[in-house]
Amino acid sequence: MTKPEGMLTWKDLQIGSIVTEPGSASQYQTGDWRSQRPIYDSSKCIKCGICYIFCPEGCIEQNDEGYFEANLFYCKGCGICARECWTQAVTMVEEEE
Amino acid sequence: MAKRVGIEVSIAIAEAAKLANVDVVASYPITPQTHIVEHLAQLVADGDLDAAYIPVESEHSAMSACLGASAVGARTFTATAGQGLELMHEVLYIASSMRLPIVMAVANRALSAPLSVWGDHSDAMAVRDTGWIQIFTENGQEVVDNVLCAFRIAEDQRVLLPVMIHLDGFHLSHMVEPIFLPEPAEVDKFIPPYQHPFPLNPDKPVTMGGFGPPDIYSEAKKAQEVNLTAAKEVILQCWNDFGSLFGRYYHPLECYHSQDARVLLLTMGSFSETAMTAIDTMRREGKNVGLIKLRLWRPFPFKEIRQAVKNAEVLIVLDRALSFGGPGGPVCSEIRSALYNEDKKPKVISFIGGLGGRDITSVGFEEIINRGIEISQTGSEQEFEMFGVRE
Amino acid sequence: MEKYAIFVPRLVTKKEIFAPGHRACIGCGEALAVRLACKSLGRNSIIVNATGCMEVISSQLPHTSWRVPWIHTLFENTAAVASGVEAGLKVMTRKGRRPAQDINVVAMAGDGGTSDIGLQALSGALERGHNFLYICFDNEAYMNTGIQRSSATPFGASTTTSPAGKVSIGQVTWKKNMPAIAAAHDIPYLATACPSYPFDLMAKVAKGVATDLMAKVAKGVATPGPAYIHILSTCPTGWRFAPDLAIRIGRLAVETGIFPLYEVEDGRYKLTFDLPKMRPVTDYLKIQGRFRHLSEETLEEIQHRVDKEYAKLTEKAA
Repeated sequence: MTKPEGMLTWKDLQIGSIVTEPGSASQYQTGDWRSQRPIYDSSKCIKCGICYIFCPEGCIEQNDEGYFEANLFYCKGCGICARECWTQAVTMVEEEE
Repeated sequence: MAKRVGIEVSIAIAEAAKLANVDVVASYPITPQTHIVEHLAQLVADGDLDAAYIPVESEHSAMSACLGASAVGARTFTATAGQGLELMHEVLYIASSMRLPIVMAVANRALSAPLSVWGDHSDAMAVRDTGWIQIFTENGQEVVDNVLCAFRIAEDQRVLLPVMIHLDGFHLSHMVEPIFLPEPAEVDKFIPPYQHPFPLNPDKPVTMGGFGPPDIYSEAKKAQEVNLTAAKEVILQCWNDFGSLFGRYYHPLECYHSQDARVLLLTMGSFSETAMTAIDTMRREGKNVGLIKLRLWRPFPFKEIRQAVKNAEVLIVLDRALSFGGPGGPVCSEIRSALYNEDKKPKVISFIGGLGGRDITSVGFEEIINRGIEISQTGSEQEFEMFGVRE
Repeated sequence: MEKYAIFVPRLVTKKEIFAPGHRACIGCGEALAVRLACKSLGRNSIIVNATGCMEVISSQLPHTSWRVPWIHTLFENTAAVASGVEAGLKVMTRKGRRPAQDINVVAMAGDGGTSDIGLQALSGALERGHNFLYICFDNEAYMNTGIQRSSATPFGASTTTSPAGKVSIGQVTWKKNMPAIAAAHDIPYLATACPSYPFDLMAKVAKGVATDLMAKVAKGVATPGPAYIHILSTCPTGWRFAPDLAIRIGRLAVETGIFPLYEVEDGRYKLTFDLPKMRPVTDYLKIQGRFRHLSEETLEEIQHRVDKEYAKLTEKAA
């Protein structure tokens, strides 16, 4: 949908209000929610992927070198990755903005 | 060549669903529609109908199962009555607003309490607002024909709305009538295959049933309303095509001696047949009366109603349901509302009768018409009159 | 226990069927459970979802978080709609209107939508033997509407409709045993799971949708049928604990025996997780705000009951 929600006319809606674009909600920036953010120390990361498994958002990605890092566009700052990381490679810090 | 058989109307409905080659039948028993789902079960058990027969555990689940089946692209049918229709009430709104072309036969039955298995229109009137296309029928042939039409109308790409075929419980459902059952090949030509534009299919994932915040809900409802109103064209076209193929034409309402009539009676359902006898008798006695038989209930046929009554002085509406604490007759209220802005309109008189399976004979209809004429002359303190209630 | 000794993240698909950008609470255990379940379900799935947390956070018009076909209709009819989906697919395939395709029909509902308002539809669908997987995401209350009690709310928990007060300890009934109810329907497979044990959860979901596949492999000798999985979904908002503890609390629920992990395959019970000595229930209860008001006496009562239920379960699994 190119129009913002508040501007959709009744003709813009698909039949039965069906949404035909899979995963379109991924344009919503949940990263705005957080009050703290994870900092990843790749020197401690053993690339086990446990943070990736336990992220409720599914926003932790593996970079080209294979280290894991949260995508801050989505990261809500829950701190699960920091809590569960086996080598304590992740620390939570206050969000500045 | 179609064969004419003496057949119980309920059984004929099941045969019609079989002719339409339904894919999924959700079944829950309730008097007086049970024979429909029983016969469908037998047809499936004998391999005469290749369908998934789901014996659900309540009517709410019956309509819910229909939602799921229709959403994946299966032609879906169910039947219910009275309390069953009420139990699935919230699901009915879903079927129409999610644009799922389910076809349902409703053997109209009175609503409890007291418990009544007998026929009246209170169950139908309670679901006026659910957004379904609704057609009332007068005799067994009409029921069968309109069940077939229902599939074609519902699944038409310009419509994609569920359709309810109303038939009077017991008075129609349990009658053995002579009915022409079309040949399967004829029906195959008449009803094209069902193709939902966006079915649930892993090859093209869609999301159905998202929630609508305030800034979207109204737009969704407008879209639904525009579509239901526009469906009338498709219904008229379908009835026309049906007539060309099978020789029986249906219209939103039927006029019986109404063109020159000063006094009109309006009925829905099987009462229309009895009322015709009353009209015949009264006309032989020189009285200038006529009958309007309302068939298309939703979308409401404003144009046809206004046209049919414009030369009459009195319109007596016989409702087979009572809206408590209000203007009384639901159909009468809607007709009054449809006529309100017309420059020339008859006096509209409201009668309630036939509740809970109570019969009205043709003599009874004569009495109603005479009393209605009286009220139009003297006025009445009551909003409506209940006919045949022992005082 | 050897399942957890080797950690091989490469085996988990990187695909996210449940797209990020959803509106679940910070640290939501249920969103994680859904995400993990979807890893096992794969793209060839049709999801039927009840009204509830997961529905609301993932399907606000005009967008969707779902990358598989997904339908939500009402609150209490998930299993009935899933029955219709399953039957529709089956008959359309049989009549040649669809290519034969292995599609997982999956019903997802919360505890309210399963053990309360949705119980009838679930029972009907299980009895009819539809080939589908029903997953109950249990966050132990009607969380979406603001933390009201359900029949899955544990004894002593404080919710808005079973609040702890001067003359009440909160929820005064014990948690309804939904897996036992599912088991009473003699279905081929049921299990309990918790996202704190992610690989166990994913394996169980995979088993749940394989009941048809296995039957196909056995050329129709084994009867396909319904599967039921009950997943404990820790809820920071409703249970009142810090979001980063969502996984730890789930672990404690299992390690205290409060939420045992087990499977029932064709009526045979199998414990997934057992310790020679389970942790005391206080390890789990004392760190959640919803239990903070409980007296030592009530805590003992809970310990006693948990011990009893756990013993019954281990006996069945012996």
